[in-house]
Amino acid sequence: MRYACLALGLILSLVAPLAAQEIEDYRMFPGTGPQVLRIVSTTDLDVFEPYIRAFQSERPEIGVDYSVMSSSVLHRAIQQGAQADLVISSAMDLQFQLVNDGFARSYRSEMADALPDWARWRDQIYAFTTEPAVVVVNTARFAGLDLPTTRQDLIASLRGNPDRFSDSIGTYDLRESGLGYLFATQEDRSTDAFWRLNEVMGRLGTQLYCCSSQMIDDVASGRLALAYNVLGSYAAEELARGSGGQVQVLRMEDFANVMLRTAFIPVNAQELTAAGAMLDMLIRLALRDEAGEWPLPPLSQTGEDPTLGFGPIRLGPGLLTYLDPLNRRAFLAEWENAMEQNRVPR
Amino acid sequence: MIHTASIGQRLTLLLAGVAALLSLLSWGMVRSLAAQAAAHTQDNVLAASATTIAETLRSEQGAVRLELPYAAFAMLGAISEDRVYYRVSSGDTVLTGYDDLPAPAPGIMGQVVFDTGRYRGAPIRLASVMRVVLAGADRVVVTVTVAQTRDGVDAVISDISRLAGILSVAFFFVAVALSAIAARMSLRPLNQIAASVSRRGPGDLRPLSRAAPADLAPLLTALNRLMERLRLSLRRSEDFIAEAAHRVRTPLATVRVQAEIALRTVSDETEKERLRRIIRAVDESARSAGQLLDHATVAYRVEELARDRLNLAELAAQSAAGMEPTASMREIHLALDLTPAQVRGDAVLLDSAIRNVLDNAIKYSAEDTTVTLKVETVGSNAHLRVLDEGPGLGDGPKELLMERFQRGGNIAGVIGSGLGLTIASEVLRAHGGHIELHNNENGSGACVTLVLPLA
Repeated sequence: MRYACLALGLILSLVAPLAAQEIEDYRMFPGTGPQVLRIVSTTDLDVFEPYIRAFQSERPEIGVDYSVMSSSVLHRAIQQGAQADLVISSAMDLQFQLVNDGFARSYRSEMADALPDWARWRDQIYAFTTEPAVVVVNTARFAGLDLPTTRQDLIASLRGNPDRFSDSIGTYDLRESGLGYLFATQEDRSTDAFWRLNEVMGRLGTQLYCCSSQMIDDVASGRLALAYNVLGSYAAEELARGSGGQVQVLRMEDFANVMLRTAFIPVNAQELTAAGAMLDMLIRLALRDEAGEWPLPPLSQTGEDPTLGFGPIRLGPGLLTYLDPLNRRAFLAEWENAMEQNRVPR
Repeated sequence: MIHTASIGQRLTLLLAGVAALLSLLSWGMVRSLAAQAAAHTQDNVLAASATTIAETLRSEQGAVRLELPYAAFAMLGAISEDRVYYRVSSGDTVLTGYDDLPAPAPGIMGQVVFDTGRYRGAPIRLASVMRVVLAGADRVVVTVTVAQTRDGVDAVISDISRLAGILSVAFFFVAVALSAIAARMSLRPLNQIAASVSRRGPGDLRPLSRAAPADLAPLLTALNRLMERLRLSLRRSEDFIAEAAHRVRTPLATVRVQAEIALRTVSDETEKERLRRIIRAVDESARSAGQLLDHATVAYRVEELARDRLNLAELAAQSAAGMEPTASMREIHLALDLTPAQVRGDAVLLDSAIRNVLDNAIKYSAEDTTVTLKVETVGSNAHLRVLDEGPGLGDGPKELLMERFQRGGNIAGVIGSGLGLTIASEVLRAHGGHIELHNNENGSGACVTLVLPLA
């Protein structure tokens, strides 16, 4: 703990634009040498820890300094010139914007070249997981009902049982969660059921969350019957911890977003070789054939989910569309209209 | 002879130079076309993107509203991985996008204007379009600018120019190989003429009559003219020699007759000996003149050789009869051993050859010996042998004796011109035969064999 405090002080002095309260979690993994690789990430520490351990078993001399923050904080910190050696985030759009605006440096290696084209852009940003958006349900709360497989089913179930589902649906608060916003905007583009579902969810008094883990906890405890658009990796992990079959993960068959978790080396990085080595390791794991014990899924080889036939969200300039302040304001206004029509402020 | 670079090499070099120039030119053209095409593609996409954004402009409650369409940006990602920047502004007010993006010069309303510039340290291409939006009562001019870095264009250009470079180099090497082949092919007629000239015998001065390309006609004509002049000049000198020999012979005969008369009338031994020496010298001179005449005759007749059917035995008998007086003067016995043998040829020339060989044999034989003349057939050839009992041919190379004015090494005491064997040899060669020279196996004496193909 003393180490952590010391290192926290150190990182705060280095990552000046970050206020202490914006760093959600932090840990220093000391190496045998003086070299320290600083990673800023949106991935929870317990999820990413195995990767750091694996990295240090290969390169024990390198210490790893790992800070967790929300995607918007991360985005702002990098924009304001915070120093880091590797930036990892699940918010593809924000990551893409940083790279587009010139905050990333190019990195090439044999490993990086092995990645398919759709999983990288400009040799600067590299995707290392494909993670689907899923629906997590508490089977007890669905007793007597068929589990929904499409949005149409879901809308019908929710409409038909307003009492059962009132105040029992959870989803991201798009105003706070970058990932939720990304999933919502992509869904808006892909399926017309999106707004109807939002209308229905709004009428039922949907609970809004900042993060996946809380939503899943609430589904497991029975507070929520259903969490919509949860990141699959976390949900799966939660299931693995054993819920006795009460929590079930569903993938919508009409359409499902698939997100790419991406990493890039920022322009002001100092430990370039260490950052490159970490990136290579992540890419190597991304290209692994078997899921194994790792907490994050590998990159799907074809870029398309074979069971659903949907490709991941495209890593390209299209992502800039909904980051535009005018678009964001308009989209959120519409979403708020749908979501808050019957909500009683608590 | 001074050798300059061969025509083939020069032609190859020249053609290779042309090929190199063409390769370079085509590479440059492909490169600039690729650059144009790539830039054009980028412009089109930028224009489409800007127009798509401009089309979503609308007014809502007196204010300009805008919703950036997903496609406007997605299409920019379709052609390359270039960075994308944009700005929507109305006058000096930036509605959305990158505030500090450079603005292209204003153009005509509704038309897309392109510009190049630099932004965030990289060259960019901008497309800009202006639109009027009615916001309440006001007409608001809104400018939509979409920009992209040019890495994709550069990548296309470098890819294509590398490919075009490889193709140009390949084209160059193929062209050089073809040039070398072409140069060799076009020089082939010249080489063929040179080969046919150098294949000719030493006395063959007939004009060249082979087909040749028009370009070589002047060379061929000049060559033929030169050979004709050479032939005439040779003929003229032979004529001159013949004329000279003829003119010398007649007065020599007169001198001889006078000397013989004087020999009969003189009684003093010293005077007689002197006169005998005069007569011998005159005889020798007459012989030489005769041989020169013979040689000229041979040179003349060989050009248009008669191919009559002849019996070599009869011819030999006639020639021997002609030489009988000379032989008997030195008390030399001519023995004949003749078997009929049919040959084709010129009787005058063959007679001349036989008489020269006989003359030699008689000249070099001691008095009161025998010279044998033999005709026989050996295989497909007729052999005419002249055997004497003289000193033989010496030990030197026998072939040399057949050259003009060459004489054996062991005949210092005998006067001679060295033409006899030359004449015989030329005649035989013209008839497709040859002369063989040997020393007799049994004791002293030479054996000269004239070999002629049988008819």
